[in-house]
Amino acid sequence: MLSIPGFAAACGGGDGDAGGTTTAGPKELADTLRFSNWPLYIDVDEKTKKRPTLEQFKQKNGVTVRYFEDINDNATYFGKIQRPLSQGQSIDRDIVVLTDNSRFPGLMISREWTEKLDKGAIPNIKNLQDTLRKPSFDPDREFSLPWQSGMTGIATNLNVVKQPVTSVDQLLEDPKLKGKVTLLTEMADSVSLVMLANGDDPTKVDDTAFQKALDRIQRAVNSGQIRQFTGNDYTGPLSRGDLAAAVSWSGDVVQLTADNPKLVWNLADSGGDIWTDNMLIPKGGDAFTASTFMNFVYDPKIAAQIAAYVNYVSPVRGAKAEMQKIDPSLADNPLIFPDDETLSKVVIFDSEALSNQDYLEKWQTLIGA
Amino acid sequence: MTWLHRHRWLTPYLLLAPGLLWLGAFFIAPLGVLAYQSLQSGTFDFGYTFSWEFYNYWDAITRYKGHLARSFLYAGLATVLALVISYPLAYWIAFRGGRWKNLLLLAIIAPFFVTYLIRTLAWQNILADEGTVVGVLRDLHILEPDGRLLATSTAVVAGITYNFLPFMALPLYVALEQIDPRLIEAAQDLYASRVKAFLRVTLPLSLPGVFAGTLLTFIPAAGDFINAQLLGTPKQHMIGNVIQSKYLELIDYPAAAALSFILMAAILIGVIAYSRALGTERLTG
Repeated sequence: MLSIPGFAAACGGGDGDAGGTTTAGPKELADTLRFSNWPLYIDVDEKTKKRPTLEQFKQKNGVTVRYFEDINDNATYFGKIQRPLSQGQSIDRDIVVLTDNSRFPGLMISREWTEKLDKGAIPNIKNLQDTLRKPSFDPDREFSLPWQSGMTGIATNLNVVKQPVTSVDQLLEDPKLKGKVTLLTEMADSVSLVMLANGDDPTKVDDTAFQKALDRIQRAVNSGQIRQFTGNDYTGPLSRGDLAAAVSWSGDVVQLTADNPKLVWNLADSGGDIWTDNMLIPKGGDAFTASTFMNFVYDPKIAAQIAAYVNYVSPVRGAKAEMQKIDPSLADNPLIFPDDETLSKVVIFDSEALSNQDYLEKWQTLIGA
Repeated sequence: MTWLHRHRWLTPYLLLAPGLLWLGAFFIAPLGVLAYQSLQSGTFDFGYTFSWEFYNYWDAITRYKGHLARSFLYAGLATVLALVISYPLAYWIAFRGGRWKNLLLLAIIAPFFVTYLIRTLAWQNILADEGTVVGVLRDLHILEPDGRLLATSTAVVAGITYNFLPFMALPLYVALEQIDPRLIEAAQDLYASRVKAFLRVTLPLSLPGVFAGTLLTFIPAAGDFINAQLLGTPKQHMIGNVIQSKYLELIDYPAAAALSFILMAAILIGVIAYSRALGTERLTG
């Protein structure tokens, strides 16, 4: 095995704040880093089909990244890795990315299926946005770092309806949209949207408010207003005009509108939720190499390069200034760099409600299973 | 050599061994695990423990009998449709295909070079609200002016039929192709009309193909969840959707395992009844 000793000092600028959390022993970068991520979630050079960020990381640190786009769904991916992890086996990955609007990042950490970050190798952690520093599932960011964030709102196809749909009332009750509306299968996204419209607080979910939101969605299912609950697969029907409006994620639609200017995306008037995809090091992964990579993508330049391609919200402070140099129009896009007004309308869904088995069962029954 | 001679009775078992080992490791053993899980109680958070929890089965049946019934209805409809579509197709290829036979068979399998998911998503395009199919049906007043096909039971059954059609067509073809055409000629020589010759000679001789085809279509179709997920609404969801959600979303392994067993048992009973009714033991034996 090829190893590159002493690289720890060379990479990441070396702020000198090597924390006390690191383990003893010589630090050597592995020759490969195995990284599982969601599809279309890192920059790709359209001409060479290579991934510039990963190429640059290799150039700088000599580590080849084996990049897998094998996460399509938090639950499915967790189902795949939970068995080997629960038996103490490695899943042959150094970084996986799971979303905090599901209970799975929290489960990974509480079950001790993750390696601690090697913060000594991540001086750039200082660039992490303040709002993301203390998530309830990992209050000190010992095990996780955000990859990208996104907001949940409503996408409209203006070929089907004249005005963008921005109110949940219209979405769920306007007969003109009957059978042309989809919600997301992800409980946190759909429920927080409706709870906010009901005047309830999705950051602290109680039974009454939860049930009220569910009843309202159920009525819209029964009346035929809601056509389906979807993951990413609303994109085809929405572009074709089978759907008038779809509850959807911000970055997806930024990518779609490039091809179809008739698609618009708005936060609902009453607000929506913001979620974050988190990088985790599964047990058996190489914490030092993974942390070195995290440090690399927390360099504002690299962060801007990734955000310019994926169009989601970058967790890295300073990425906006770097984006000005790449593409000023993207730097002004509130879906990629949300302004204060946008941020005032988004909430983080109650993480306790995410693992409430009763809520989850009710939600699954509602969406048809 | 002498050892083998003396133990000649071992030969069949040795020949069977690879298959049996495979079956044991990848079918019987997982089935045992599944049975064990289906009788557990508890939650994922606090762990599952084995407790002979037969209530899981009762709970699954009472809560999801609607989904089960729908699964069998959709799978049954799709099987009948696939049979009606495939039989003339297979018949024509077997008796009239001539030198085009292999090419025509390839055409039946061709869609299978594309993955299942993509094939199903393609149906979203075919049945799109503003697409050709819906447009024609609206013009013919078969559909209401604002009617649609996507996200209806029709779309789900159509998707299942399409996706499992080759499983019906290929066994039918094999059965029909093996029929000696001289038998049909003989029937006609004995003054049977074409229809009568078909009903008395061709059809009975093709029954093993019908039997194999219907099973190969019905069984996977009953457990399918992709078509209901992509072409239906929550009202069209099948038992496969429930099992998927129990297993992955709710991490409720006992309920998922119990449902799987119920589905398996229901299919097994159905298959036995069906083979009795068709008298296939005679036909295939």
